[in-house]
Amino acid sequence: MATPLKVNRIGLEPQIYKGGKTTLCAGCGHNAISERIIDAFYEMGVDPRHVIKLSGIGCSSKSPAYFLGGSHGFNAVHGRMPSVGTGAMLANKKLIAIGVSGDGDTGAIGIGQFVHLMRRNLPIIYIIEDNGCYGLTKGQFSPTADLGSKLKTGVVNDLPPIDTCALAIELGATFVARSFSGDKKQLLSLLKAALAHRGTVMLDVISPCVTFNDHEGSTKSYAYVKDHDDPLEEVSFVPFFEDITVDYEPGTTQQVTMHDGSKLYLKKLEEDYDPTDKIAALKRLHETARRGEFATGLIYIEPDRDDFLELLNVVDEPLASLPLDRVRPGREALDEIMEALR
Amino acid sequence: MAPTDVAVREQRTSANKQRVVNDFSIQVATVNGSGSQTANLVLLRSILLMGVPVSGKNMFPSNIAGLPTWYTIRASKRGYVGRKKEVDFLVAMNPETAKEDVLTLDAGAAVVYDEPLKLNTLRSDLTFYPVPFDKLVAPVCPDAKLRRLVRNMIYDGILAKLLGIDMQLMEKALNKQLGKKGKAVAMNQGALKAGWDYATANFTKQDPYWIEAMNETAGKILIEGNTAAAIGCMMAGVTVVAWYPITPSSSLCESLISYMKKYRVDKETGKATFAIVQAEDEIASLGMVIGASWAGARAMTATAGPGISLMSEFAGLAYYAESPAVIFDVQRVGPSTGLPTRTAQGDLLSTAFLSHGDTKHIMIIPSSVEECYTMSQEAFDLAEQFQTPIFVMMDLDLGMNNWMSDGFKYPSKPINRGKLLTDDVLKRIGEWGRYKDVDGDGIPYRTIPGDGMPAYFARGSGHNAKGQYSERPDDYVENMDRLARKFETARKFVPRPEIERNPKAKIGFIGYGTSHYATQESRDQLREEMNVETSYFRLRAYPFTDDLVAFIDAHERLYVIEQNRDAQLLQLMKLELTPERVAKLRSVLHYNGLPIDARSISDDVLAQEGFEVAKKTAVRVSAGSAGGE
Repeated sequence: MATPLKVNRIGLEPQIYKGGKTTLCAGCGHNAISERIIDAFYEMGVDPRHVIKLSGIGCSSKSPAYFLGGSHGFNAVHGRMPSVGTGAMLANKKLIAIGVSGDGDTGAIGIGQFVHLMRRNLPIIYIIEDNGCYGLTKGQFSPTADLGSKLKTGVVNDLPPIDTCALAIELGATFVARSFSGDKKQLLSLLKAALAHRGTVMLDVISPCVTFNDHEGSTKSYAYVKDHDDPLEEVSFVPFFEDITVDYEPGTTQQVTMHDGSKLYLKKLEEDYDPTDKIAALKRLHETARRGEFATGLIYIEPDRDDFLELLNVVDEPLASLPLDRVRPGREALDEIMEALR
Repeated sequence: MAPTDVAVREQRTSANKQRVVNDFSIQVATVNGSGSQTANLVLLRSILLMGVPVSGKNMFPSNIAGLPTWYTIRASKRGYVGRKKEVDFLVAMNPETAKEDVLTLDAGAAVVYDEPLKLNTLRSDLTFYPVPFDKLVAPVCPDAKLRRLVRNMIYDGILAKLLGIDMQLMEKALNKQLGKKGKAVAMNQGALKAGWDYATANFTKQDPYWIEAMNETAGKILIEGNTAAAIGCMMAGVTVVAWYPITPSSSLCESLISYMKKYRVDKETGKATFAIVQAEDEIASLGMVIGASWAGARAMTATAGPGISLMSEFAGLAYYAESPAVIFDVQRVGPSTGLPTRTAQGDLLSTAFLSHGDTKHIMIIPSSVEECYTMSQEAFDLAEQFQTPIFVMMDLDLGMNNWMSDGFKYPSKPINRGKLLTDDVLKRIGEWGRYKDVDGDGIPYRTIPGDGMPAYFARGSGHNAKGQYSERPDDYVENMDRLARKFETARKFVPRPEIERNPKAKIGFIGYGTSHYATQESRDQLREEMNVETSYFRLRAYPFTDDLVAFIDAHERLYVIEQNRDAQLLQLMKLELTPERVAKLRSVLHYNGLPIDARSISDDVLAQEGFEVAKKTAVRVSAGSAGGE
């Protein structure tokens, strides 16, 4: 008898969650993020057939081809993934949407659609693979590049960065986190928590560009980020389907119950941090930025707000598959309309 | 609008003594925002209720309140509903434009005007009816704040008396217009009666214009094209709508919202079988439509030229990734912001090839409100059948003006969702590839997220028949050739033209959209006045069907009638026709922002045919016609 294969809670093997072979550079942070996405979806037991992968244009936006090969994907136009994702979720609210964007795709050409996606609280996991530069066009600065950061060519960035996390909180996103592609444990916990959240998850993952932005003088290099990572808390995630109780000393850990009953345990580091306090979250982001550091972890969460689909009050079934008799009013309706026009 | 061209008709000057029955136009000149729309629609509907064919055209500024507006109502016993160039009966309520409005009338016209304007001193060849509107409105509307809105109803009462419109029918029209607003109905009825009584006591009929009862409008509805298209979309089973407000398309989505709220909410759960989103711009609107269509919804947006320009990149994505989309373009005058509240057919060429690379699109072109209704439904079927954007090319004249029509028929067919991969299809075709041409018609089978069928990765970058990323030259060419083949297949499925072949005609007219009405009237004028016979080809879609070549071959000269400067349809035709056929084509172009009229077509054609035409083509533009943003 063959050894039983390793499967997850819905009986699927890890292999099913893999995608095509990456064409990104060896050592690219984006590949590590793809691996964490694969792990998170496998461990959470998400059926890939119900997942849609979305992206814009750029190195980051190529990556959905490298995970969840059995899921539908849409590589849209530059900076416009949010609208395509919105349309898809309107069509079928049963889908689970994961969008992958980059710092240029989001912060520059796509800032308008990003802003309005955050406002709507559409159920989607929106990941920015953030390396502060345009890789595919050979390393120009993007809008998340830090003031004073240096290009390989010696050019210094003289404009302030857009903090996508602060912006997302300001605009109404209900799950805002920042992580580092090199921090496997934190990123995996955040991704699993993201899958349990109902509403927009905005996850900015600093993901160094090994080819164009990993040198001395860059503030998005592996070395710089490792030295300046300031975790807000130690994140542990316990999904609703696991019967685990976490023991912690009172006062050391904050527990957040997610929409689906899963639990997040946030062990406090250094000083008190409450990620349900919007103003405190913004304050902390500004403080760490002033110190030249990156606050990572769960920055802000609002677990219970209605998402966009609830707001629109659409029927429970996917709109896309409603039968004709539910989407075409009867003869009497047309008669009534015509009579009113006579 | 103050009449533009003044092509003097010979018979007019001596016509004063003869009765002119059910064949004239009334123009009401008011100030935007003064509530004249109710009075104008009541007048329009009362003529319809008299059984007389009628049409109404609103010429309004891009402004909320304060700038001049003209509403033209044409009664036509022969059923002509295109714009009539000459104004026969003017109601001058706007001090700012009154003088020019009067000066540009043809001799013999009649003028009802606000007495303090003293317009009767301007000309001696018109009939004047001065009315003291302020004095008449005070007793019927004690609330001084409301007088401005009720005042206009007085001219309806005056006209009812002067033109012979049944007061009971006018009251019926008023009730229809104001519905259950009891207090407003009572006040307006008072104003109507005050007008009637004043005219009865003070005027002796001196002009020749009369409305007499006919039996030509039984069962007819009055509707705007935008509303008609909205009803069509609802009947087509639209589930996702994303839009951004823009004149003249906004009322399409707004009326759709109100109909959907009424007829598409589940009675038991109170939940909507649709999602309508006002997006952040037209780019996002089309992005949402594409995302929704990709995920299996019937999705649409509506916009105008500036929105179409913004949608360019997404239109190319939908073409290349092969996602359905329904896009209404209610055309207005460009380029750029242009004249936002005036009509044109100026987006044809740019829409046909909207986006970079070798992109081309299917367009369908309604002429009537009934076609707005039926073609909306066809658009969704074609979009899913061909897995590509379908542009419904309307215009402001069709979309925002009131048109008389037969009631719309309930759809007789189920919807066509196109080639969706199923287990049975999979068994038949063996191996599935998203962009594989299994049937030889260029149309592949698609799957939809969540349908349990194999997944694929949609993308705007190069791909092969399996939907995989590819930069291989052979993959690229194969795919692009298949897309061209798909476009060829579309020729057999798009709405065919309507053709009237006249065996005696050497001349053929080719027109589309709202040019239809002026074209038909012009054909009658040419036959009756000059013995010139014509055939007529009304185009209803792009790509062209094979009917076009046959029609061209059957005639010596073809006049392509369009409401744009650059002969856009003719340019599209040139791309496909042989030089011999192109040599037969001539253009009739009208592009001043007003709907095309028959006399302009007739004069232009006669001039090109070598007839002597007494023509005054200088376009006089009223000083007040400059609108704000």
